[in-house]
Amino acid sequence: MDLYEYQGKQVFARFGIPTSPGGVADSPDEAVAAADAAGYPVVLKAQVKVGGRGKAGGIKLASDAAEARRCAGEILGMDIKGHTVRRLWVEHASDIAREYYASFTLDRPAKSHLGMLSAEGGVEIEEVAATNPGAIARIHVDPIGGLDLETARRWVADAGLDEEARAQAAEVLVSLYRCYDEGDCDLAEINPLVLTTDGRVHALDAKVTLDDNARFRHPEWEEYAATETEDPREVMAKAKGLNYIGLTGDVGIIANGAGLAMSTCDVVNQVGGRPANFLDIGGGANADVMSAALEVINADPSVRSIFVNIFGGITRVDEVAKGVIEALRRVDLRSPIVLRLDGTNAEEGRALLHPHLSERLTAEPTMLEAARRAVAMAGAGAGRGAEERA
Amino acid sequence: MSIFVDETTTVVVQGVSPTSQGLYHGLRNRAYGTKVVAGTNPKRGGEEIEGIPVFATVAEAVEATGATASFISVPPPFAAAAIIEAAEAGIAFIVCITEGIPAHDEARTYARLVAEHPGTRLLGPNCPGIISPGRCNIGITSGDIALAGGPVGIVSRSGTLTYQALHELSQQGIGQTTCVGIGGDPVPGTNFIDCLAAFQEDPDTKAVMLIGEIGGSEEERAAEYIAGNVTKPVVCYIAGVTAPPGRKMGHAGAIISGSKGTAQAKMQALADAGALVAQNPTEAGVRMVEIVKELG
Repeated sequence: MDLYEYQGKQVFARFGIPTSPGGVADSPDEAVAAADAAGYPVVLKAQVKVGGRGKAGGIKLASDAAEARRCAGEILGMDIKGHTVRRLWVEHASDIAREYYASFTLDRPAKSHLGMLSAEGGVEIEEVAATNPGAIARIHVDPIGGLDLETARRWVADAGLDEEARAQAAEVLVSLYRCYDEGDCDLAEINPLVLTTDGRVHALDAKVTLDDNARFRHPEWEEYAATETEDPREVMAKAKGLNYIGLTGDVGIIANGAGLAMSTCDVVNQVGGRPANFLDIGGGANADVMSAALEVINADPSVRSIFVNIFGGITRVDEVAKGVIEALRRVDLRSPIVLRLDGTNAEEGRALLHPHLSERLTAEPTMLEAARRAVAMAGAGAGRGAEERA
Repeated sequence: MSIFVDETTTVVVQGVSPTSQGLYHGLRNRAYGTKVVAGTNPKRGGEEIEGIPVFATVAEAVEATGATASFISVPPPFAAAAIIEAAEAGIAFIVCITEGIPAHDEARTYARLVAEHPGTRLLGPNCPGIISPGRCNIGITSGDIALAGGPVGIVSRSGTLTYQALHELSQQGIGQTTCVGIGGDPVPGTNFIDCLAAFQEDPDTKAVMLIGEIGGSEEERAAEYIAGNVTKPVVCYIAGVTAPPGRKMGHAGAIISGSKGTAQAKMQALADAGALVAQNPTEAGVRMVEIVKELG
């Protein structure tokens, strides 16, 4: 789960990582109140889960209340790469002397934690990584031993951070590792970590990704989950406990298992179609799960056909077939369904479905053939939704 | 022959109770012919469930039965401790199918296995397990879709695509020596290279099917290994060509992976290493059938 900057800074605060004083605002009035509290001059920052907001005009400086109000009005409602700005983070503006970069993440091949630190932080860090990899000091941190202050002190020196920043930066890094480790982050990144003209080191931005698998031991993440996604299709799927990612095509996809769901999207693409979504219903493809999945897909106005691709392993195909039949009773579908059911008890499953087959519910023996049919049906505008749009 | 498990493998199922997933899967594995010799449950030591003797700890189970492998399907909060318990009891091969273990738990557990139990191999977590058709099945793979007799070894990061691969081959009458699901979690105990090396050594495995997916760089590393070490034919399929370009993990993700991680990059790396790269699971099956027929 990716966090907004202001949420990342809340997490940082819990681990003692210094940030600028500030607050959130959803309206120009709230922005002025937050700015008054933080002290002028202030920076107003669009809260969106996408990079490049500064270049898009989503970050503005204001020296008084009138200016803060005007800037807030300009940024709120702005569209940044498809994300509408609904919230601002307003903080006291820092006098920046230097910008550094610091992060911890998992190095999968090394099966260890990777810390990266650079004296050349800021918006061009990826460019720095590509053209001058030596400017990034990397260390591996043992998942058992963790990061101690002594190692952090050597690290800030290796990275070439300015002398006056080193002691504070080393402490920030130890705190950042604790935040990453104890806080169950997939990523904890500060870019930039700044040295101010009056010699203080603090985090000017926060990029935090939490490990969804660790939710069971972090009740405090509840509030972040509430703001996780803005795509209404994903919000609905999440409420139903489904693993759904919205895409831009017109063939709705339902499959069991993430690999098969990805593969299903690929095959639809290979035969000339475009998937409307990725939806993995996991192992329990019963009537409730299947109904929920069909409801979510049915609610997407772009969908013109639905491809249900199930390979029974431990999931029995006859159970899946019963689930589909029951789901069809419960959900009034706009689009035709193409089924491909294979694996454990496939024969029994197909026999159960046979009396229900029609123009709007067809079955194909293989994944490829089913994909072709689903794509053809989407292209023919067989769905009622297509007629409505026409 | 097979890799990692065979007909002599004896299994202790960790966390058995009349209603546990462990018992359910353990009984299925036993019905397939796997030697399930013990179960564990701290509250049920001394009991017997469905003919399986239950011990309070893995150490007791090993002492009493000589179990060589363990099977873990306990819920995520308890999985890391279960893995360490098995390793401390001297289990050589641990299969953990648990889905949803925090990445930091996996990293710590793996680090401990490497440091303290170098003789122990962990398969998973979050994997379907391992099946050597006709000999041993530990995990949730349906034995019906596998065919004994070889000559193909399968290694896969994805559960349902593993079944799909078994099915494609079995339907064509092509058997498997062993099918290993390594799982797609951030810190897998066993990776592609471990399996490729074992299949290369196994005289009965004549060709290998490798199924990968987007994310990470395990496939790219596998490609490097294939180029330098694997003389047997390898057929690959990578899922996720059109998948949403995953959550980009800040700048750190981009810095680490560069262009790695996409399906295209993985397919290119594997093709450059001399592997046959199929565009979909069906094509992978067809290509493998052709290869096996050529091998005679």
